[in-house]
Amino acid sequence: MAIKKNIAISDSGFLFNPSTGDSYSLNPVGQEILKLLKEGKNDEEVIEQILENYLTDRDAVEKDLYDFKNMLENYKLTDDE
Amino acid sequence: MDKKQYERPIIKPLNTGLMNKFGTRTEYTALTHIEGVSVKSLLADYGSPLFVLSERKIRENYRNAKRIFETRYPKVQFAWSYKTNYLNAVCNTFHQEGSWAEVVSRFEYEKAIKNGVDGDKILFNGPDKTDSDLTLCIENNSPIHIDHLDELYRLTEIATKMDKKPRVAIRVNMDTGVYPMWDRFGFNYENGQAWDAINKIMATGKLDLVGLHCHIGTFMLTPSAYGVAASKLSDLAMSIKNKYDKSITYLDLGGGFASKNTLKGSLLPGSDSVPEIYEYAEAITTAILNAGFQPDDLPYLYLETGRALVDDAGFLLGSVISNKRLSDGRRATIMDFGVNIMFTSFWYDHKISPAQEFGQHTEDTILYGPLCMNIDVVRENITLPPLKPGEQVVVHHMGAYNISQSMQFISLRPAIVMIDTDKKVHLIKSAETLDVLEKGELLPEYLKEFSL
Repeated sequence: MAIKKNIAISDSGFLFNPSTGDSYSLNPVGQEILKLLKEGKNDEEVIEQILENYLTDRDAVEKDLYDFKNMLENYKLTDDE
Repeated sequence: MDKKQYERPIIKPLNTGLMNKFGTRTEYTALTHIEGVSVKSLLADYGSPLFVLSERKIRENYRNAKRIFETRYPKVQFAWSYKTNYLNAVCNTFHQEGSWAEVVSRFEYEKAIKNGVDGDKILFNGPDKTDSDLTLCIENNSPIHIDHLDELYRLTEIATKMDKKPRVAIRVNMDTGVYPMWDRFGFNYENGQAWDAINKIMATGKLDLVGLHCHIGTFMLTPSAYGVAASKLSDLAMSIKNKYDKSITYLDLGGGFASKNTLKGSLLPGSDSVPEIYEYAEAITTAILNAGFQPDDLPYLYLETGRALVDDAGFLLGSVISNKRLSDGRRATIMDFGVNIMFTSFWYDHKISPAQEFGQHTEDTILYGPLCMNIDVVRENITLPPLKPGEQVVVHHMGAYNISQSMQFISLRPAIVMIDTDKKVHLIKSAETLDVLEKGELLPEYLKEFSL
């Protein structure tokens, strides 16, 4: 999944999509995942990174990542490839 | 490096320009303790879900309401509305405070007697009183609140047979200017039915008319309606005095005071929109005091307040089973408590607080119960922080009606505890088991065997 290149994310978790004018807020975990996805990391790399930084388990992150990516698609923040 | 607390990733669209007068976030603090006892330990000790009642809050509510009425009127008597919550621990807390009992069925009546309430301090209301109920009331000298003419005639007949003069009141319904008008119970004031029933009672001389009763509605948000009701009851009492030179002992204004719950569809939360008890008290007592009674002949004011005295003393604790995403992208959370123990979720948007600390991000969520039934929706829309399976929540204002109206539908009913004024936890009802559900069930012999 590739995140649209033109979207802007602020340090405080504010996301702006210039092609639609829509804005979103992200919590810190959402912000971090989005940043990793934007850098082109694959799911496994994202999960590893989150597990390294946060107190949680692989099952929870995997499930949440799947759901989060669905929401990104839903909000049209990804590029169709 | 210490790892950070994990919270489910959230992305939430920011809508500007849409109607959002009151903001979306409603819960700013976690409720980790009830009456000083931790929610976590309560659920660990008694299982999830769990009803919790605060004895301190019940007593405080009662004393507050009593003080408010007694500072405005000299003769006040509360009667605990059993149907609102008939757990013995709850009833007896009210009885210890001096409240009588108000019942609407035989088993409630028997419960009150069993709890130790004197027969003459049990008010029997409702449309369904059997001959045997009426006989028992006459024997125990309990005030019978007559609901309809058939009951009046039956009672007269039974009293004649027993050669006793039962103490009675008639239930009066009336237009108090609010909608809906509750005219299904009792005798109507405006069309003369009530006056007609009074004349019938006075003419036979078989019944001792001691009171006049009304109960104008439920969750009444207009205190002035009680002023109208009190005026109309007083007017009937004055007419009885003028025609028969008989003083009515009591005017019973029933119940119906609203609690601080939020009705579905209301613009403001209950905490901001529901009248305070003193507003009802002011309307009622002013109307009676101005009705023209002689100062030494003022009737007692009876009150059957239920909901307003117990709702905020009750909590339901529960846990998250799972989270899912609906087809339209909405977040859904499945809780381990459903509408079978939350009957009031059909008309209230219950306040629900997470029981553990949470971050600043929230999501619009639909809260489902655990029942495999489409109707099992606890909150159609609520803004909550992301909750993980196993995390806990506290539902507020659960003390009225939920426990008495709960049922073992799909899920058995949970345990109920009461926290006393010294923060000690008492189990007042055990969690149900299959044995409780099957008690009284009989299986015909020929249905016992089968092969599959």
